[in-house]
Amino acid sequence: MMNKIFSLLSGSIFGIGLTVSSMTNPAKVIGFLNITDKWDPSLMFVMIGAIAISAPFFYLLRNKSKPFFDLNFETPNITIIDKKLILGASMFGIGWGMVGFCPGPAIASLALLKPLSIIFVIAMASGFYMSKFVKIDN
Amino acid sequence: MMITIDMINFTPFSAFCGGILIGIAVILFFISTGRLAGISGIVNNTLTNTRNWLSNFLFLIGLVLGPTFYVFILNNDIPFFMTSSLPLIIIGGILVGFGTKIGSGCTSGHGICGISRFSIRSIVATITFIILAMITVALLKLLGFV
Repeated sequence: MMNKIFSLLSGSIFGIGLTVSSMTNPAKVIGFLNITDKWDPSLMFVMIGAIAISAPFFYLLRNKSKPFFDLNFETPNITIIDKKLILGASMFGIGWGMVGFCPGPAIASLALLKPLSIIFVIAMASGFYMSKFVKIDN
Repeated sequence: MMITIDMINFTPFSAFCGGILIGIAVILFFISTGRLAGISGIVNNTLTNTRNWLSNFLFLIGLVLGPTFYVFILNNDIPFFMTSSLPLIIIGGILVGFGTKIGSGCTSGHGICGISRFSIRSIVATITFIILAMITVALLKLLGFV
């Protein structure tokens, strides 16, 4: 029960963070990616702010055996840099640049009831499904 | 190449504050559920996996409720401009879904959680997607699409 409440709570804080920082505005994101014209470096500060909080806490929690409301920590243990990672990150980057939306802000912007956000989220969901039918050989 | 900074739209303070909130959310989610707040993974798992389904689903509900509260209850006016054409939005959306699935993460999973945990994989992924996104924006501008 508690982990459900905290999921909802962390999602809400995450969503407010995305809104406060204007990540939910695709034009703002494009402004950050637009280094060849007029560059708006604001979004770099979103990453700096987020990492400034989460990095020290991840470090402090590194020896903790279990989370408060679940059985164990689930962190990825893969360390290899393979073709899938590079190909996936590249495709994501191209899609991100085409629209100015990455998954979090796209979902958060559904709050604004903009038809184009809804279309983007549906397209993104179909992308998840499509990946099931493609096998990438490393 | 000279980089010109767009000082009119530069908002480092609100960006930093939003980032702090995101960092708090990441840690809160991690310490309570033991999982990383990578949004592409959470969305994908909600659609295709029954494990932790309700918890993932509630996180996404929160992701929408947070902004709803901020905009409609606290009455903040937030700008929203999407200039891409419909075909670009659809193709871009598919690429974001497909790419984050096979690349195991997005801006939150690799860019925030991964980098904060000093994962080399995530650092490489983040540099890759930021560079590719910048090239894409430059090309689309050059070709007159946006």
